[in-house]
Parts: sequence; C-alpha cells; structure tokens
Amino acid sequence: MSDVVEKTLTALPALFDSQTGAAKITNRLRQLIKSITELTSKHEEENLIKQELSAMKEQVSSPNTTMKQMREIMVRAMYCEMLGYDASFTYIHAIKLAQQGGVLEKRVGYLAVSLFLNEGHELLLLLVNTVLKDLQSTNLIEACMALTVVAQVFPKDMIPAVLPLVEDKLSHPKEIIRRKAVLALYKFYLIAPNQVQHIHAKFRKALCDKDPGVMTSSLHIYLQLIRVNSYKDLTGSFVTILKQVVGGKLPLDFNYHSVPAPWLQIQLLRILSLLGKEDQSTSELMYEVLDESLRRAEMNHNITYAILYECVKAVYTIHPKAELLEKAARCIGNFVLSPKINLKYLGLKALTYVVQHDAKLALQHQMTIIECLDHSDFTIKRETLELLFRITNAQNVTVIIEKMLDFLCYVPIKTLTFAPDNSWFIQTMNDVFSIGGDLLQQDVPNNFLRLLAEGKPEEDDQLRLYAVDSYLTVLKGHTSHLPQCFLQVMSWVLGEYAHLQESVDQREVIQFLTQLLDQRSVSSETRVWILSALTKISEGQTDLILDLAESLSSSQDTVLRQQAQELRHLSQDSQLHEWALPRGAPWDSIEVAGLIVFPYYDKLFLLNINSGYLLTFSRYSNFFRCTCICLYINFVYHFSSSTLILEGVKRVWGKDGYLPQKEATAPLVDEPSAAVQPPGQHEAAERIESRPEPSTQNQDKQQLASSLFVGLGVGSSMSLVRKLYYDGFTVSLRGNVVDCLEARSTSVCHYALLMDDPHTNVSFTGTVSYQTQPGHTNTLPFSGTLSTADFIRPLVVTTEEYGKLWLSLSHDVKQNLKLLTDAGDPLRTTLNALKDALQLHVVDIIGSEGIVACRLLSGAPCLLHCRVNGTALAMWLRSPHPALPDCILYHCQRALTHH
Amino acid sequence: MIKAILIFNNHGKPRMSKFYEHYTEDTEQQIIRETFHLVSKRDENICNFLEGGLLIGGSDNKLIYRHYATLYFVFCVDSSESELGILDLIQVFVETLDKCFENVCELDLIFHVDKVHNILAEMVMGGMVLETNMSEIITQVEAQGKMEKSEAGIAGAPARAVSAVKNMNLPEMPKNINIGDISIKVPNLPSFK
Repeated sequence: MSDVVEKTLTALPALFDSQTGAAKITNRLRQLIKSITELTSKHEEENLIKQELSAMKEQVSSPNTTMKQMREIMVRAMYCEMLGYDASFTYIHAIKLAQQGGVLEKRVGYLAVSLFLNEGHELLLLLVNTVLKDLQSTNLIEACMALTVVAQVFPKDMIPAVLPLVEDKLSHPKEIIRRKAVLALYKFYLIAPNQVQHIHAKFRKALCDKDPGVMTSSLHIYLQLIRVNSYKDLTGSFVTILKQVVGGKLPLDFNYHSVPAPWLQIQLLRILSLLGKEDQSTSELMYEVLDESLRRAEMNHNITYAILYECVKAVYTIHPKAELLEKAARCIGNFVLSPKINLKYLGLKALTYVVQHDAKLALQHQMTIIECLDHSDFTIKRETLELLFRITNAQNVTVIIEKMLDFLCYVPIKTLTFAPDNSWFIQTMNDVFSIGGDLLQQDVPNNFLRLLAEGKPEEDDQLRLYAVDSYLTVLKGHTSHLPQCFLQVMSWVLGEYAHLQESVDQREVIQFLTQLLDQRSVSSETRVWILSALTKISEGQTDLILDLAESLSSSQDTVLRQQAQELRHLSQDSQLHEWALPRGAPWDSIEVAGLIVFPYYDKLFLLNINSGYLLTFSRYSNFFRCTCICLYINFVYHFSSSTLILEGVKRVWGKDGYLPQKEATAPLVDEPSAAVQPPGQHEAAERIESRPEPSTQNQDKQQLASSLFVGLGVGSSMSLVRKLYYDGFTVSLRGNVVDCLEARSTSVCHYALLMDDPHTNVSFTGTVSYQTQPGHTNTLPFSGTLSTADFIRPLVVTTEEYGKLWLSLSHDVKQNLKLLTDAGDPLRTTLNALKDALQLHVVDIIGSEGIVACRLLSGAPCLLHCRVNGTALAMWLRSPHPALPDCILYHCQRALTHH
Repeated sequence: MIKAILIFNNHGKPRMSKFYEHYTEDTEQQIIRETFHLVSKRDENICNFLEGGLLIGGSDNKLIYRHYATLYFVFCVDSSESELGILDLIQVFVETLDKCFENVCELDLIFHVDKVHNILAEMVMGGMVLETNMSEIITQVEAQGKMEKSEAGIAGAPARAVSAVKNMNLPEMPKNINIGDISIKVPNLPSFK
C-alpha cells in the first residue's frame, strides 16, 4: 500500500508540471492569435509571424521539447500556413510526430501531414512505414487515421505496399473502418485505376454490405465506374436499394429532416440516370421507382428539392416516358417559378438541360426567363444566357446574340470591381478583347484605358507594367488575327507606358509597332493609333523614326502622311516633344492641358472648343492627345511655313463616330483667324444617350420575349413570329450643330436630333460647359424626354399613292384598338383624336374604313389602315421600318386611352 | 468531388482551409482571396451558388456557400456534386460544430483549428462525402475525444490523485483489495492440505 502512495506522490509534481506546461503552450497560440488580431497592417502581421516562426524553429530543434509541446507547435504551424506563411521546417517534425507519438500526437501529426504535404512530396516516403504499422494496429482510431491519410495524400508509387492491408479492411468487423477502406480504395482507383482492377468483385461485396453506410460509400465508386464500363446487370440492385430507401426501410438515424437518406437518394438517382441513358430496357426497370421518388419528394424542405432536381434530370436523361416527362416538366415549372432564388437557379439549370429535348418547355416560361435576364444576381443571369444559347435558332439568333454581347460588355465592369490581382485582370481583358473584338462597344476599351490611365503613378505602375509585358508577349506571336480594337488598346498602352518597363529596349517596342503598321490586316484607324503610340515613344530613337517617317511620307493615306510629318517634326525637336507629350503626365491634367495651353494658342483652341471638340477628346483620350499635337503643329506650320496640311487634320478628327460635327467644323478650320474669343466663352457639348423608360419596360420585356422565343415550338402564335424591336442601349439619336450664332456674350447652339431607330420613349442627357474666367470651367447638366410622337410628321399622299405605297411596304402589325363612341361618327372622331395627338394625315375615309399616313422625321413612312369592327377599331399598320409600326401603335393606344 | 472547403470571416481572414487537390501555397492563398472577393460582394438574398471560380479550375467547378453571422462557409465542388445537397451538407457541418463546441463561434474555430479539421475529416474524406449523419459524426468525434479526456485525465490527475491519497487512509480500501486476492486464491486452498 505504501508503495502505491509513494508512487502517486512522486508522480504528482510531474503531473502538475505537465499541466502547467500544456497551459503555457496553449497560451502561446492564444497570445499569437490575440496579437495578430490587434495588428493593423499586413506588414506588421508579416513581422510578427516571422518572429513566431523563428521562435518555433528554435523550439522544434531543441532536444528538450516534449511531444506535447510539439503538438502545440504543429497547431501553430498550421495556423501560420493557413495565413499563407511558409513553415516548411515543421514538415519533418509533423512526420516524426505521426511516427513516434502516442495516439493524440499521431492525430495532430497526420493532420499536419495531410495539410502540409501533397501527393508528390518526397517526405511522404518517410511516412509509409508508419501508415503500414497503423493500418495493422488493433486500435480503431489509429487504423482510422491511417485510412484517412491514405485517402488524402499518398504517393502513387507506394499504393501497392498498402493495398493488401486496405483490402483486408473491407472485411473488418467495424463498419466505420470498412467505410473508410472503401473510400480509400476509390481514391486509389482515381489515382491509379489499373492497380485496383482485381478488386472490382470486392466493390460488389461493399455494395451488398449489411451496413447502409458502407453501401453508400461504395456508390462513389460505382458512379465513377459506370461512366467507363457498363454495369447494367446491377440496375436491379440499385433500383431495389432506392425503392427501399424511398419506402423508408432504413433505420431512422438515416433520416435528415424526416427525409430518408437524401444524399444516398441523390447518388442513386445519378447512377440510375447514367445506366438508363439511351437504353430502353434498362430505363423500363426504373420508371416505377422514379415515379415513386417524384411523388414522395413533396415536402417543403431544401433537401427534397435536391432529390426532385436529380429525379427530373434522371427522367429527362433516360429513355423517355410521357407520363414521367409530364410530371418532371411540372416540377421544373415549380422550380422556375419559385420565389426562392436557389430553386429558381436550379430551375433554369434544369430548363437548360431539358430544352434540347423539349423546347416548348422554355416557351412556357418565357416571361420568367426574360425577368431572369435582368436579374440582379450574376449567377442567375449567367445561367439564363446559357439557356438562351441552347434555344438559339435561325429566327431568334440576332436578338440572342445581341443579348449575349450586352453581357460581354458587362464583363469588364465586373472585372474592374472584382479583379483579384493585376495579372488576372490584364489576362481577362486580353481574352475579352481578343474574343469580343470589334463587336465590343466602344465603352469597353475606353473604360479599360481610362482605368489604366487614371491610377496614381506609384500604385498602378504595377498594373501598367503587367499590361506592357503581356502585350509585348502577345505581339511576339501571330498578330494578324487580333481584332482592331485590341491592337488599338495595345498600341495606346505601349505608347504611354512602355518606358516603365526598363528591361525592355524601347527600340524593340518601336520595331513591334512598326511591324504592325506594315500588316495588311490593320485598318487605317488602327494605324493612326499605332502611329501616335510611336510618336510618344520616339524620343531618342531618331534614326528608326526618321526611316519610318520617310517610308510613310509616300503613303497613299493622307492621314498617315500627316502623322508621319508630325512624327518627323517631333523626333527632331526634343523640346517640342517634351512639351507636346509630357511623359507620365497625370491623367486628369490632360483635359486641363487644353485649357492651360489655351491662353497661348487661343485661336487654335478657341476653334477647338468652339466646335465642341473637348467632349470628344476627353472620351477618346488618344484622339485628344493626338489632336493637341496636330493643333500645335498646325500652329507651328501656320506661323513658320504657312503650309497647313489641312486635309489630313480634318480627317483625323473627322473619323466617323468620333466626330459627328465634322461638317460644321470644316469651314472653321479653313479660316482659323476668323474666330474671336468672346469674354464669356461658351462651349456647348452634348452627349445624348437613350434610356428605356420604366413605364415601357414591361411591354419591352414581352416584345423581347417574343423575339427571343421565335421559332420554338410548333404552334407558336402570331405574336411570337412577329419581329419586334426592343429598347436596347444603343444610341438612337444623332446630334448636329445646325448653326452657331455668336453675340457678344452669348452663343446659341442648335442641335438637330433625328431618330433613326424608333423607340417609344427616349431620354437624353447632356452637359454644357463654359468658362467664366480662364482655367475655370463650369458645367451645367440638362436632360429631357422625347417620344416617337415628337418625331412624327403628317405624310400628305393621295389615296392612289397610298395604295401603291401600301403594297411596297413589308413590315406590318395588326391590333384592335378602342373606338371612341361618345360622338356621332365613331370612326371620324377616333381618327381626328389620333390626328391631333400624333400629327397624322387622314388620307381618306370610305364607309367604315379609314386610311391614315405619317412619316418619321428622318423619312420612313408609316401607313395606317383602320376599320370599324364592332366596338373596336381594327388597326393595320405598315412601314418599311421594322420597329416603327409598334411605336406608332403604342402612341395610338395611349392617345385613345387618354382621350 | 469536393475540391476545397474554406471558412473565412466577413473581413476575409481565413479561419480554416482544406484543399483536396494539390495547389501551390501561393495559389491556395489566391483562391482564398478570390473566393472571398466573389462571395463577399454578394447580397444576402441572392442564390448561394457561384459558377466558375477562375482559379480553382475551370467552368466545371462552382462555389456553394453559406453565410452565418461573421463567417462564410464555402465549398468548391465540381459538377458531380448536387448543389442543394452540398448546401445542406454545410448546414450539417455547422450544426455539428455547434454541437461539438456548444454554441460555436468564430473564436472556437480560431483556437481549435485542429479539432475543426478532425470533425471535417469524419464528414469528408479525400474530397468525398463520407458521412452526412450528424449523430454518427459526433459519435466518431467523441470516440476520439475520449482519448483526449483520458490524457487530460492524467494531466488533470493531480486533483484526483490528492483525493485518492486521502482515500488511502480509509480502512476499507485495503480490505477490498485483500478480498479480491482471497477470492482468487480460494481455489488454491485445498492444495495446502
């Protein structure tokens, strides 16, 4: 007895000690985490972790460190690794811990190994013996840990060594061991399929295991195996298992939210759909159980929807059965219409899957799909586009592609806000440019360049460098297939930022760009971009540039000749170059530069501002710069040699789409000296945008729906075949300076607006900028709304002309409208009301029929044929313009309801 | 297959990361960052799925996530997993954590990263779903927990040792032991005769 007491007492101090020791170590982790959370910057964190790591390094190499302390160190190492710091010196100790420690140490060791090392890591070889030993251990937990680590990381070459042991585990009395063994074997199958060839029979045994858990694990294997070999003979077994599961034959523990083993059901349904694919006899075996599953899965829980979704997919994958298809279609409907967004997403996915078999189903849900197209959730939007892609046919292809391109234009905006890092961002933009190419809206390259340019020099130089590097790589390869807009972006970036990359010889960049110039596929507009890039980097490379200028001076293109002149001039005069193209000038000063220059070269810039150029320049930065130079050089020419190469100048500015005011400015260029600067200089600049009006949105959606779903389903109604317009994002108004009246302190600008594409309503916005004193610009925004009605004028024709015209018009629309019956002659009253509201011309009224004509301001006529039909007015509109009849119809409807 | 399981908080601080495929250290960090950027920008009332994380391999993969108070639980999976199934698996995972830690909170995950990993290992093994039944997972975790307790038992022995020492003075104790001895020896008694 005294022995016992003695032993206990001697053990006591050690026990106390070990406890405090453990507490001390736990405190270290706690301390570390606490101090990390108190830090404010990444830099401080780095320092702290570095200290911690070096302390740990000392600790692990010290011989006095106990296993228990080692365990704590491992946990700390895991924490550091998770934060992204390298703690590779602990790897070997993790293995040691797994080799030598007790069960607890082993667990931490194995865990650390599976977190730190990958399959190919050489240190893993040291672990093989330990794993072998633990697999043979009678301790369940040790065996479990060994199996887990085998399934997570195990060197491929060493599989034969452990395979027999793992195989043996398949007949282990404990189900958890059997289950893990099955998964480990599956992992082996994935890594080295030929090594487990001989145990396929054992997989079958696992499938028939008395424990449902082991059976579930074996399904992982079969799901994979069925893709390779056919296991049709097992169909019966799978069907029976599913039947039992659905019928609630499993123990209650397997229920999840009172659904029997939902994950198991999902697995089985997937297996069945693979088995039944394109195989009628096999499919027939499973109709009953699928029907049962569809029927049972009606409870309102997330997981039952998961089962339903798999059921629906299975029904559509296997050999079809009408009755089941009908039920599945109803399910899809429920998914799509569900207010729960997750279900809606799955509904869309199911539709996408199903639409190849049954396009009509998409037709049923067209309005929902249209709504999803404008959904705020990116994922939903994306899935909807995927769906649209599947239903594309000859009739709706244009509308769908248009939608997709809209979407493509979202991409850059997305990337701007989400870009995880520079290289990814540049790479993505490269993809967008090279795939989207010239179909991209001009906004995309503009915004991209703006983003590059607007950043602060220090912060964003990294981004710019990436861009320069990546473009140089692109230019080294084949360039002939690259879209023009990508080439333009590249040349601008290289022009602006090539100098940032010190390791690259500027001459090389010049050579790349010169090669581009020589390519036949490069458009003349792109050549302008390339040349201005060359102009920017020409400094100090006079010989190359002079050669280039020489070769271009005989070019047939006047624009290029003009630029070559400038190039030569600038490369010979470095002072001028410095002034005209200050390297690395901050972006926002560029616009100001025009104003700073203004007092010195007022006449030229007055001309510039007078004609509303400034807006164009700020939006098309490259052209602004290039135009500044042109102006400057022209000025120099003007005073030095009096030879203005005006033609070239005009062409550079007047590139279509960049300068709509071309006509108005041409005369001013001819006589620059005639322009006088009034004291309160006004500069009118107008940007016109069209936006769909909210009130018409719903209608738009319907119209969009009908154009998207054209040609789906056989009996599609009249309204679906009809080609309708929709309010997109295209600019539909054009502005022209008609005349510019100048008084002493005011100037009046008239703009003529034309509507090319009729829209029911168009809102426009713009700004007027003016200077009250030099260098200080005020901006006034304005906006307004215009409707088609504003652009309609009466078309005066005779009945005969009307008849002829009627037959020649192609687009027609029919609709019944309200008839105004409050006065004596309903037809006449109604037509007069329309005439007053819309400026129509009533050509003739014959009995119960009336003919009316009008035209759009830009010329397109629209003829209306009206007939009294009971209490309604049957209206038939025809026009050469596809969208015009709908617009007019819309306004007629409005006029009559407001009457 | 599940490619990765990530837990991070509302500020993007990783709380647990487990990759079932091999990525380099840098890529792993990038994946965590990218995933956080993608997930954190999303409103609460839109769907829990995100397609095509760019780093974690191609269009076949998607992110399925849930947001609980201060933590995001994100599973990166390929197309062979059921979206809603995984969504509920996350729920099971969180409920299990809640049971094991008794009202789990972010701090539990920070201080017991190893335990979280151990719980996860009972649910997902090498990227495959091993167990979805919460009580089964807890049973396994507790079986391991027992070892810990038995060790903690030795560590926590001082208190019990002291009381044991006190008990030693009680006269019954040795008696009991003797009785045991006697009863064992009983069969041998006749041999003395």
